[in-house]
Amino acid sequence: MEMPGAVLLESFGLRKKFGSTEVLCGVDLAIHEGEKTCIIGPSGGGKTTMLRCFALLDRIDGGALTYRGELIGYRRRGDKLYPWGEAEAASYRSHIGMVFQHFNLFPNMTAAENVAFGPVRVRHDSREVALGRARDLLGSVGLGTRCEAYPIDLSGGQQQRVAIARALAMDPDLILFDEPTSALDPELVGDVLKTMRDLAVAGMTMVVVTHEIDFARDVADTVVFMEKGTVVESGPPEAVLVAPESDRTRNFLRSFLSRSSAGS
Amino acid sequence: MSGDVGRSGATMEGAAGMSAAPSALGPLFGMHIVKRPHFGRWLAALVIGAIVVGLAYAVATTPNIAWPQVGSFFANPAILSGLEVTLELTVLAMVIGIVLGIVLALMRLSSNVVLRVSSLIYIWLFRGSPLLVQIIVWYNIALVFPSVGFFGHRVSTNSLVTPFIAAVLALGLNEGAYMSEIVRAGILSISHGQMDAALTLGLTRPKAMRQIVIPQALRVIVPPTGNETIGMLKATSLVSVIAAQDLLTRAEYVYAKNFLIMELLIVATIWYLILTTVATVGQYFIEKKIGAGATRSDSVSKGLGVSIMRQLKRPLSMLTR
Repeated sequence: MEMPGAVLLESFGLRKKFGSTEVLCGVDLAIHEGEKTCIIGPSGGGKTTMLRCFALLDRIDGGALTYRGELIGYRRRGDKLYPWGEAEAASYRSHIGMVFQHFNLFPNMTAAENVAFGPVRVRHDSREVALGRARDLLGSVGLGTRCEAYPIDLSGGQQQRVAIARALAMDPDLILFDEPTSALDPELVGDVLKTMRDLAVAGMTMVVVTHEIDFARDVADTVVFMEKGTVVESGPPEAVLVAPESDRTRNFLRSFLSRSSAGS
Repeated sequence: MSGDVGRSGATMEGAAGMSAAPSALGPLFGMHIVKRPHFGRWLAALVIGAIVVGLAYAVATTPNIAWPQVGSFFANPAILSGLEVTLELTVLAMVIGIVLGIVLALMRLSSNVVLRVSSLIYIWLFRGSPLLVQIIVWYNIALVFPSVGFFGHRVSTNSLVTPFIAAVLALGLNEGAYMSEIVRAGILSISHGQMDAALTLGLTRPKAMRQIVIPQALRVIVPPTGNETIGMLKATSLVSVIAAQDLLTRAEYVYAKNFLIMELLIVATIWYLILTTVATVGQYFIEKKIGAGATRSDSVSKGLGVSIMRQLKRPLSMLTR
């Protein structure tokens, strides 16, 4: 593992409730610049909700989030906290990329238009410059020939790589991946994971919620095991994945590995 | 076997690797397949065809309809000016209806409970009462508010709300209630993931709504809006009860003088059919324009003419298949 950079994003006692169910029960987590964090754990453990809170897509019910040491989501004035307005939230989100399980490409735009949308509409780049850059980015994820295709004409794996290029187009400080390969046919997973490995090598800060244990083992600097809204264990992959301290982690990995070997 | 069983003139063919038919069946290949007769279909076509031809002949040859008069009143100046009013009413009422529909739909989807309930009550009132009653109410609104005041001026309501204005108000406000449900359905049809994706790119919520959600919702909103426009073209004829000078009012004026009642109703009907046909064709092209990315590029889309011809041809071939 490389030396970690400065702390980029940090959560302190993060809490989130949906109705009366607590989905996040006080999560402490620090994401360092350049760090690759893989979050594993059973479904319903709060992994996706945590990413959505990081991106301010879901309002948090307790605890705090900081970005480069500054409180986000609220402005502190005297001894009171004022919730951010739309413009402040949007400005923060433009530094964060997010890749979704179901891609969420804009179906009425071509691949290149999808990628150029953020730069044109948010950063006010010229359309020509943004589309040129979009073609370069699509080339770098192996889709240089599909720039003018609409999402419906692309396979799931291709759509997810367009979604990665779309996130990259905003030059984000970090990218949040929410189960990026879970909705893909098995034979399409490889291309997406390769694109993500390339990004990791290029030094991008990444937080990846995933069930791909092999990817976590190879790419992650830190593996976080989450269950029932808490971080059970976190550390370098060789510790968490090979010699986990907690019984819960061990049980999850055992059931997970036996399932994937039975499936293959 | 690749033969289409039942298709006329077909013979049983053997596919590759099927040369050895089960011996119990004997040699099937090369045998002629006898077409099914479909007596029922022929009988139904004959009965309906006879009724249609008989009716058409009766209408065309009856001495009670002076067909030459239909031709001579078709482009009568009174009729044409009525046509113009009908078009104006349709356009104005649809514009009011669409704008109001968008506002009401956004109110209905708002987190503000007062806006939500107001929208609901509006829809309940304007969709729940008959359009004809609303038209007559607006026509007589001066009974409730004899004069209207704004900026220190007072105007008598009767001089402000002419039959034309009453018609526009009644049709437009009524249409708003229906359009709001269409717009709301369109917005709800777009998955939350689209909003999430736009937000994480750095758009504000209102901007994401305008630039991502609404353009996609249009694809769902346009077809029923075309229906509403066609419905509106015809609904404008209701305003003849307040003599709003639309197509039907004008036709009524003319036949009140010359008693060519059926002839002028036929003239009006032909004009309504022409307007609705033009609206249908217009809707087809608008849908095509906003449909980018809606269908896979390998599915061949046919032009309007081809689609219509296919519809016409299908029933004919049904008889013989």
